[in-house]
Amino acid sequence: MARKVLVLGEVREGSLRNVSFEAVAAAKTSAEGGEVVGVLFGDSVSALGAEFIQYGADRVVTVEDELLKQYTSDGYSQALLAVIDQEDPEGIIFGHTAQGKDLAPKIAAKLESGLISDVTDLEVEGGNLVFTRPIYSGKAFEKKIVTDGLLFATIRPNNIAPLEKDESRNGDVSSLSVEIKNLRQVIKEVVRKATEGVDLSEAKVIVAGGRGVKSEEGFEPLKELADVLGGAVGASRGACDADYCDYSLQIGQTGKVVTPDLYIACGISGAIQHLAGMSNSKIIVAINKDPEANIFKVADYGIVGDLFEVLPLLTKEFKELLVNA
Amino acid sequence: MNIYVLMKRTFDTEEKITISGGKINEDGAEFIINPYDEYAIEEAIQVRDEHGGEVTVVSVGTEEAEKQLRTALAMGADKAVLINTEDDVEEGDQFTTSKILAEFLKDKEVDLIIGGNVAIDGGSGQVGPRVAELLAIPYITTITKLDIEGTTATVVRDVEGDSEVIETSLPLLVTAQQGLNEPRYPSLPGIMKAKKKPLDEIELDDLDLDEDDVEAKTKTIEISLPPKKEAGKVLEGELEGQVKELVSLLHNEAKVV
Ligand SMILES: Cc1cc2nc3c(=O)[nH]c(=O)nc-3n(C[C@H](O)[C@H](O)[C@@H](O)COP(=O)(O)OP(=O)(O)OC[C@H]3O[C@@H](n4cnc5c(N)ncnc54)[C@H](O)[C@@H]3O)c2cc1C
Ligand SMILES: Cc1cc2nc3c(=O)[nH]c(=O)nc-3n(C[C@H](O)[C@H](O)[C@H](O)COP(=O)(O)OP(=O)(O)OC[C@H]3O[C@@H](n4cnc5c(N)ncnc54)[C@H](O)[C@@H]3O)c2cc1C
Repeated sequence: MARKVLVLGEVREGSLRNVSFEAVAAAKTSAEGGEVVGVLFGDSVSALGAEFIQYGADRVVTVEDELLKQYTSDGYSQALLAVIDQEDPEGIIFGHTAQGKDLAPKIAAKLESGLISDVTDLEVEGGNLVFTRPIYSGKAFEKKIVTDGLLFATIRPNNIAPLEKDESRNGDVSSLSVEIKNLRQVIKEVVRKATEGVDLSEAKVIVAGGRGVKSEEGFEPLKELADVLGGAVGASRGACDADYCDYSLQIGQTGKVVTPDLYIACGISGAIQHLAGMSNSKIIVAINKDPEANIFKVADYGIVGDLFEVLPLLTKEFKELLVNA
Repeated sequence: MNIYVLMKRTFDTEEKITISGGKINEDGAEFIINPYDEYAIEEAIQVRDEHGGEVTVVSVGTEEAEKQLRTALAMGADKAVLINTEDDVEEGDQFTTSKILAEFLKDKEVDLIIGGNVAIDGGSGQVGPRVAELLAIPYITTITKLDIEGTTATVVRDVEGDSEVIETSLPLLVTAQQGLNEPRYPSLPGIMKAKKKPLDEIELDDLDLDEDDVEAKTKTIEISLPPKKEAGKVLEGELEGQVKELVSLLHNEAKVV
């Protein structure tokens, strides 16, 4: 059944996040031949419409307002409800990001609709659109369908492949004027942590350190390896609590949920709350001096040893490989 | 201050998970207060101790949630309410739970509602924002700090590791992120006192709801365990050899580098 599906794009530092392109791909599947409409909010976002279309949106609707420069649930829901009113969609897809998690349930409640959160896969099966999502901290999966009303889902970053960018695609980018008012939340201050470099939730390679890294300086060999592999550095709660690194690097139930192609866990024991954030990674490597550590249970490859001895050797070996490649 | 805490009884996901008859096997499993709701209970107690008022912990579930509600009372909450759905609803989803909670809360003149940011079993993170929307009050999710002065609340929200300082007003719903506080353990006197504290039980009928009003919008059609991973390969031999082998495996076998 062809249906019209809205995709809310997410803008960070002037560009669309990768998860927005993945959401377009998910929307295409959900639309079953129907129209995919990209939606963008911000103070000045129209210029991003073309790229959204190149990734598969058929057209784009923007709402531009100074008050939408920063996300607030009130501002964004006013804008989105206006777009929904204009477009009357049968489906909506967001990324399951801080923003998507915060906004989607509010919209679902307003529309009295269901919402399937944190989706890692979707496909048409026996005439139904079937969504797969992790439950029980990633220890099990459920398949869900919508039984009544709007098809509304948020997708976990890095799980659904985006469509190939097609620079020859074009479509209409229109703007909708909405009066954004009476925001009940005022953002006084944003404290950005040192998240320079690759965005963790979108990185293809992550080198993560735990309490076993032992100090702030201890993260240096992890950074070197991540640099060589074009990846990002992550951490366990243990490392963050011990002040070896910033909480913005935390991976797990409380932190970021990541699904890289390669996850290298260094000095991390493998607590369930950590696994909840990374156990879906394609390949997991564990480096830990304790052969009994739980992390080895989820690892594809393991080295039992001191990370400070293993990492420099590993970096050197990868350097040689990549120079020759 | 009139404070409500939304509390879910959850499966302890540290336990081994098995499936029987297409469902997660609950026989002999440990059940706990959802860990993020422990932060919510602790915060509610601290706000009450500072500003006065009363903390009521509410849970939608079955009789079995009484145990977790008693624990919340033992931590220091004043009252507990179980909305028992056992006889009325067989299949529910987040729409169901939120609607029931909002119906219960709508005439309670709440100042502050605190929930967890996510339940470790269901994992959707929907219930908090949904309830706030149904009550038409503002909400802030994943908070790590809460300060209240009069009817103004200043909140620190965790946004993927960045923090936002947000000013908003009561009545308000917030959801707790790890780092908000250190939940206390129930003390022995606390446990004794809890036995005498009110734990009310109500049903959908008492909220003027019937089954149709809360009918789920989504349905689970299958539950499965992740594909069994083959036991990982722990490398052996001298360290330099292991490292060379690992790089070769990642490059040639796994093809991720
Ligand atoms: C009557 C009923 C029938 C159900 N039937 C099914 C079923 O057939 N199949 C199925 O898979 N699931 C069923 N569920 C479970 C349901 O879909 C979810 O667990 C939902 O209640 C909460 O979603 P979540 O686990 O994602 O929690 P989240 O939205 O992640 O929870 C976030 C926060 O909301 C609050 N909260 C969540 N749940 C409750 C609660 N029950 N009481 C009080 N506060 C809460 C807590 O503060 C929690 O930290 C049923 C639930 C109910 C109440
Ligand atoms: C509600 C809640 C939410 C949580 N959320 C998260 C979360 O999001 N993310 C998270 O990570 N945790 C989370 N936790 C904490 C989690 O339970 C663990 O405490 C934490 O993950 C442990 O971190 P760790 O593995 O670094 O430390 P440890 O468990 O102390 O492990 C350190 C490991 O390093 C190894 N080691 C030591 N020295 C070396 C060396 N030189 N070389 C190699 N290996 C070495 C040791 O053998 C050990 O296995 C949460 C907990 C709770 C209660």
